Amino acid sequence: MSSDNHVIPIIEETDSHSEEFLKGLWKSNPVFVQVLGMCPVLAVSNSVINALAMGLATLFVLLMSNVLVSSLRFVIPRQIRIACYIAIIATFVTSVDYIIQAISLELHQALGAFISLIVVNCLILGRAEAFASKQTVSKSFMDGLGMGLGFTLALVCLGTVRELLGNGSLFGTSVLPEQFEPWVIMLLPSGGFFTLGVMLIFINMLQKKKTEPS
Amino acid sequence: MNEENLWSIFINACLVNNFVLAYFLGICPFMGVSGKFSTALRMGLAVSCVMLVASVCSYGIQQVLVFLDAPYLQLISTIIVIASTVQLIEMLIKKYNQALYRTLGIFLPLITTNCAILGLAIFQANREYQFTQSVFFALGAGAGFTLALILMAGIREKLRFATIPEISQGTAVNLIIAGILSLGFMGFAGLGG
Amino acid sequence: MYFSLLGISGLCTIIIISVYFFTKPIIEDNLQQQLERAIFSILPGTVFKNAYIKINENTLEKVAKIKKPQTPIYAAYDLNHQLLGFAITAQGMGYQDNIQLLYAYDAKKQKITGMTVLQSRETPGLGSKIIDDKGFLDNFTQLDVQLNADNKQLKQIIEVVKPGKKTEAWQIDGISGATVSSKAVGQIIQKSISYWAPIIQINIKQISNEQ
Repeated sequence: MSSDNHVIPIIEETDSHSEEFLKGLWKSNPVFVQVLGMCPVLAVSNSVINALAMGLATLFVLLMSNVLVSSLRFVIPRQIRIACYIAIIATFVTSVDYIIQAISLELHQALGAFISLIVVNCLILGRAEAFASKQTVSKSFMDGLGMGLGFTLALVCLGTVRELLGNGSLFGTSVLPEQFEPWVIMLLPSGGFFTLGVMLIFINMLQKKKTEPS
Repeated sequence: MNEENLWSIFINACLVNNFVLAYFLGICPFMGVSGKFSTALRMGLAVSCVMLVASVCSYGIQQVLVFLDAPYLQLISTIIVIASTVQLIEMLIKKYNQALYRTLGIFLPLITTNCAILGLAIFQANREYQFTQSVFFALGAGAGFTLALILMAGIREKLRFATIPEISQGTAVNLIIAGILSLGFMGFAGLGG
Repeated sequence: MYFSLLGISGLCTIIIISVYFFTKPIIEDNLQQQLERAIFSILPGTVFKNAYIKINENTLEKVAKIKKPQTPIYAAYDLNHQLLGFAITAQGMGYQDNIQLLYAYDAKKQKITGMTVLQSRETPGLGSKIIDDKGFLDNFTQLDVQLNADNKQLKQIIEVVKPGKKTEAWQIDGISGATVSSKAVGQIIQKSISYWAPIIQINIKQISNEQ
């Protein structure tokens, strides 16, 4: 990346379980801070329901794969560890794909191929490699939970802004008054790029205010 | 049975439904590599090659899975096969063509878990493309990815001479540029017929 | 090393297969319900339905279970076993991705009497209008799809025209701002009905008398 003035250190070792959980939510939020796993973020965040479903699906996969990778961490051979992680992640992604189909066909049709694309979400592979392969099962669980929820939170924020401005609705029901002319661009890919960019600017502003001497 | 004609598949994948700007696939390398024009071009070519390979592999896997009636193995087998094939190709290139390796090889491991490659395989399977359709789809997607990448690189190189507010430097402004590019590409709607 | 690789692959496969077979009946149930809802929306009053597949150039055969590569059409009957019409699925490329739709064909009047979109990922707010825009859907309540004298081809090709410019019964008023999506729908139906109408007409007597 050309100009990264603010590389936030990703805090790896913490003592308490609750800190593992919390760091995923804000300090090292996967989307806003680490800027990981953006592909699904932008594509399916044009409505709150889609964003929520996608976030929860990712959370499920992250949680399960962290737990499995952590339990098998002494068994997985080092040379082929990445391939093993990918196989494990793919297993849970396939599972969540079928589970979503069973829960709601409409949701599955709306999310489409992007559910399967969770498998290449750098976030999950990153956590498996950087954390779950080295930590205990319970800590990996909390890490997965925190990162997953942070991810879901970011997706839902994006989804809310995009659906509200792009369709005047939330969760499919009209919220804004009739006179509001929806900004259709928000529902298009460009809107996704813009929204995330503006949100990042916002967050950078907040970070700057925090680190500035008061 | 998919009846789309080859030309429209190519144009659709390259321009109308550009993999990066319309489907958001391949953003990670897009953001990371589009800083310099030459790297962008090389990355684009590497991705195009991998896409072609992945497309053929994926077509083969689909046929096998349909035969075995095991649709649930699609994801795991696709990704493992693609990753291994690309690994193999990288080893071969490294051994037999040093120059090519230096141009492409460094990116190859980065690309195997790229959303764009897997996305290509999945779309292809979902739309049930025939073999030639798949090849054209891959060619179009690769061309589109490269196009988006070099456009982005060109803009970012120029942007280095502009003053951007500190809070929006880095990823934020890149995303906004991508947004504008995406908007521009929407103008291609209907080109594929 | 290979032993653990095998072990892990085995574990993964077991997990996938268990989830698959556990969810399979639920998913099939969901699909059936979705199809039935769709058929009922375009052919209200449907109580029974039979699935037919194309065996050869001239024959339709009733099937009880549908095997994956075959795409069946459905004959819908009301409470008194009177044939209401045919529900035919069709799909093709829209603007963004595949569009899948279901339309109703009245073999006697040789008209399409209804259309509903099953699956689409068109541009929200624009292309997505093909799903619920009343004006657009009205195009499909009396769409003329008459066959010509030899009963092999459509007399007139279905045409999607600019909104408001419809003059003939075989034309469809497009949606302004969603030209590509509306044209796609027209083409999808055109291809599909050209394929099915001739063979339906040949088998119509036998199907009307089915229970």
